Amino acid sequence: MSAKTISPSRYFYTFFIVFLIWYAFTTSLQPAEIITGIVLSLVVAYITVVNFDCCDPILITPSHIIYFIQYFLVFLVALVKANFDVAKRVINPKLPINPGIVSFETKLKNNFAKMVLANSITLTPGTLTIDVVDDKFYIHWIDVTTENKDEIYKEIAEPFEKVLLKIYGSSK
Amino acid sequence: MDTLNNILEYIGLFFVLLGSIFLFLGALGIYRMPDLYNRLQAGTKASTLGAMSMVLGIGLMQPGWLIKLIVIILFIGISNPLSSHALARASYKSGIRPFFKKKVDDYEEEVESEKGKMESV
Repeated sequence: MSAKTISPSRYFYTFFIVFLIWYAFTTSLQPAEIITGIVLSLVVAYITVVNFDCCDPILITPSHIIYFIQYFLVFLVALVKANFDVAKRVINPKLPINPGIVSFETKLKNNFAKMVLANSITLTPGTLTIDVVDDKFYIHWIDVTTENKDEIYKEIAEPFEKVLLKIYGSSK
Repeated sequence: MDTLNNILEYIGLFFVLLGSIFLFLGALGIYRMPDLYNRLQAGTKASTLGAMSMVLGIGLMQPGWLIKLIVIILFIGISNPLSSHALARASYKSGIRPFFKKKVDDYEEEVESEKGKMESV
């Protein structure tokens, strides 16, 4: 990782994203705020540029935007369901859980897409991503109903991965 | 205009109430669950939606802050699951084993093989 040379445009791109986040938080045009933001963004960009491989500008087409909205809706429904699921288990005096750690393999190759998938799995009913090793996801499942690999995949990942595959494809 | 603000304020209050209910259930979950991993499960989901809906509620009551608060909501949405993943992974690797009724553990193999590699180096 250290031997890799980093192009100036890479630095600038990282700086730009970091500064954008700063601006979103402050939303002020006062010179002092802007200058502080630029200095801090430069420092953060310098430190993190090596590991910063997310958010590469992919070709954004109108259909992508529709998929993003579709993804967001699928995700929101799952998040609300997850909360009612937790509530149901917690309130029940018997505490109906049957935890275990299962694994499945993803078809996604893009690192950012894998991160999105892992985060989404964590926020959906009864599942928590413990680790991602190459293509393999390890999931802590609060209520293991099946040990069949295909069914695990269908239960946990399919709704999200289907949409992510449309956005990122299975390419790098 | 005033009535619109009033309506927004009531909707905001509703979201804040909803958020506090979810946060309470999350806390109850952390208290009742048997081990770290199940506690993380209850804690992460409830605190994510709870905090998000609370912040959104405040945003509706104070429309001037709404944009900033939406950024905070996105930030919570990204950072909460990441941190719980990091906690779960680190705990497993430092030897805390999950509670099982019936043992299903695919991750054990992976961690053991990694340990073997580390020792042989």
